[in-house]
Amino acid sequence: MAHKSASIILPSEITSEALFHDRRAVLAMGLAGAALGAATPLTALADIPAERYKAARNARLSVTETANTFEEISGYNNFYEFGTDKSDPAANSRNFKPLPWNVTVDGECEVKGKFALEDLLAPQTLEERVYRMRCVEAWSMVIPWVGFPFAELLKRHKPTSKAKYVAFTTLNDPKQMPGQRERVLDWPYVEGLRMDEAMNPLTLLAVGVYGKALPNQCGAPLRLVVPWKYGFKGIKSIVRISFVEQQPRTSWSHAAPNEYGFYANVNPAVDHPRWSQATERRIGGSLLARRQATLPFNGYADQVADLYKGMDLRRNF
Amino acid sequence: MFITPALWLAAGALGVAGVSLGVDPVRSLVHENGTMALRMLVATLAITPLRQLTGHSDLLRLRRMLGLFAFFYALLHLSSWVVFDQGMDLQMILSEVVKRPYLLVGLSAVLLMLPLALTSTTAAQRWLKRRWTQLHRLTYVIAVLAVWHFWWQVKKDLREPIAYAVIVAVLLGWRVWKRPRAAKARSAPATTQGTA
Ligand code: HEM
Repeated sequence: MAHKSASIILPSEITSEALFHDRRAVLAMGLAGAALGAATPLTALADIPAERYKAARNARLSVTETANTFEEISGYNNFYEFGTDKSDPAANSRNFKPLPWNVTVDGECEVKGKFALEDLLAPQTLEERVYRMRCVEAWSMVIPWVGFPFAELLKRHKPTSKAKYVAFTTLNDPKQMPGQRERVLDWPYVEGLRMDEAMNPLTLLAVGVYGKALPNQCGAPLRLVVPWKYGFKGIKSIVRISFVEQQPRTSWSHAAPNEYGFYANVNPAVDHPRWSQATERRIGGSLLARRQATLPFNGYADQVADLYKGMDLRRNF
Repeated sequence: MFITPALWLAAGALGVAGVSLGVDPVRSLVHENGTMALRMLVATLAITPLRQLTGHSDLLRLRRMLGLFAFFYALLHLSSWVVFDQGMDLQMILSEVVKRPYLLVGLSAVLLMLPLALTSTTAAQRWLKRRWTQLHRLTYVIAVLAVWHFWWQVKKDLREPIAYAVIVAVLLGWRVWKRPRAAKARSAPATTQGTA
């Protein structure tokens, strides 16, 4: 592989956008492709070696609660691209091909283009982070993610001063994602963060769980994890990351603006119209296990409450 | 046969016979019992049209059983929520029911089922005569409330509640459509029994 550090190339070195939009065109160019040398961010299709996912735990940013089992984490998912029942994603994502995978980075940044996932990962040190995950439906899990801080990716793409938000897009491919054949949501799924939220050290781009590559139903091969927000902010199977000036549209707040907001911070004081957010049911407990109190910002208030100083969190739910 | 899902859920809840209720047994219990209650309710409503179409009057005996199973599953559904989901926290349960209209609608449906279950015996039927038929027309209201409740608790995917709404609309519409004939026939004796 000629270019491991794809994301530190300068925009001036990048050939025309159009070229990157057709990977086959690049590959077909053969020699011409080789001649692009370090300029092209598209490398040969190398699978990501299994050892890459066996990352050391970042204990400082991990919780000590018992993690849910792999079976729980991979058998109970909200991923409407594969169906609306929680067992649908595991059942319907078997034929999904997470690799090869390209991610377009564009918008208000200096280093843009279409990048092979291997190249985005190459310069990153993966780490394990055991995070709480609180679903807006008032259940929760504890998950040992493997990934790298979004801030690390952000740095390499040099967002400009105009970049106020980051917008994310999921793959739109009804052939592979049968749930997209029904217009349950406005496909593709989109999400967004404010720049300072995106840069918070907790914000993670995950590629694995339990020391292995993400199962398809968990958002393979690349997903966002924002542990102080409701789970739906953690957009899955990301194909595009755009730095933008205006607050981007987000799928659930677009679908039901009175039920889901842009911020979607875990907040026990602000109920969803159809369920209380004061408590949660931890998946994996016994049938008679008590509900537990939901913590402000899902227990991450120390790290993130400052981001929202002076904001009315009832209005900005 | 209609008891099978309940036995299966009970086995799963107790963790016997290798039955598993999946990753989230609490949700499975609420979900499966609610779904069964609704299905039984729809089946109950389907008896009269079926009888009128096929002329099999012994279907009526099945109707009582279906109605009672609807009530049975509705109670299991309600108690799964009260015991396992809410952990029998009465204060929270009360505040939830008051705050969430979809729960109030569901609860109304269950409460309306209670007098019907209590008067489901042949003795009660004989005793109440015409009024039994009138009373048991509450089933129509219960079915509408049940679909409404189902519809309201869905996050986004309305396909299933829409399907149930259409079925219930057809079953109730059938009765409206049949009405002029039933009214005409009323002069003849013994036709109103069991049109509920
Ligand atoms: C005749 C009475 C009722 C019927 C037919 C009924 C039926 C249903 C059905 C079909 C569902 C959807 C199941 C699913 O897809 O997950 C449901 C959900 C639910 N019902 Fe009922 N229900 C009834 C009464 C009640 C009552 C009395 C309560 C509690 C006070 C209740 C609480 C719930 C809850 C908590 C859910 C799940 C909501 C969620 O997952 O967010 N229901 N019900």
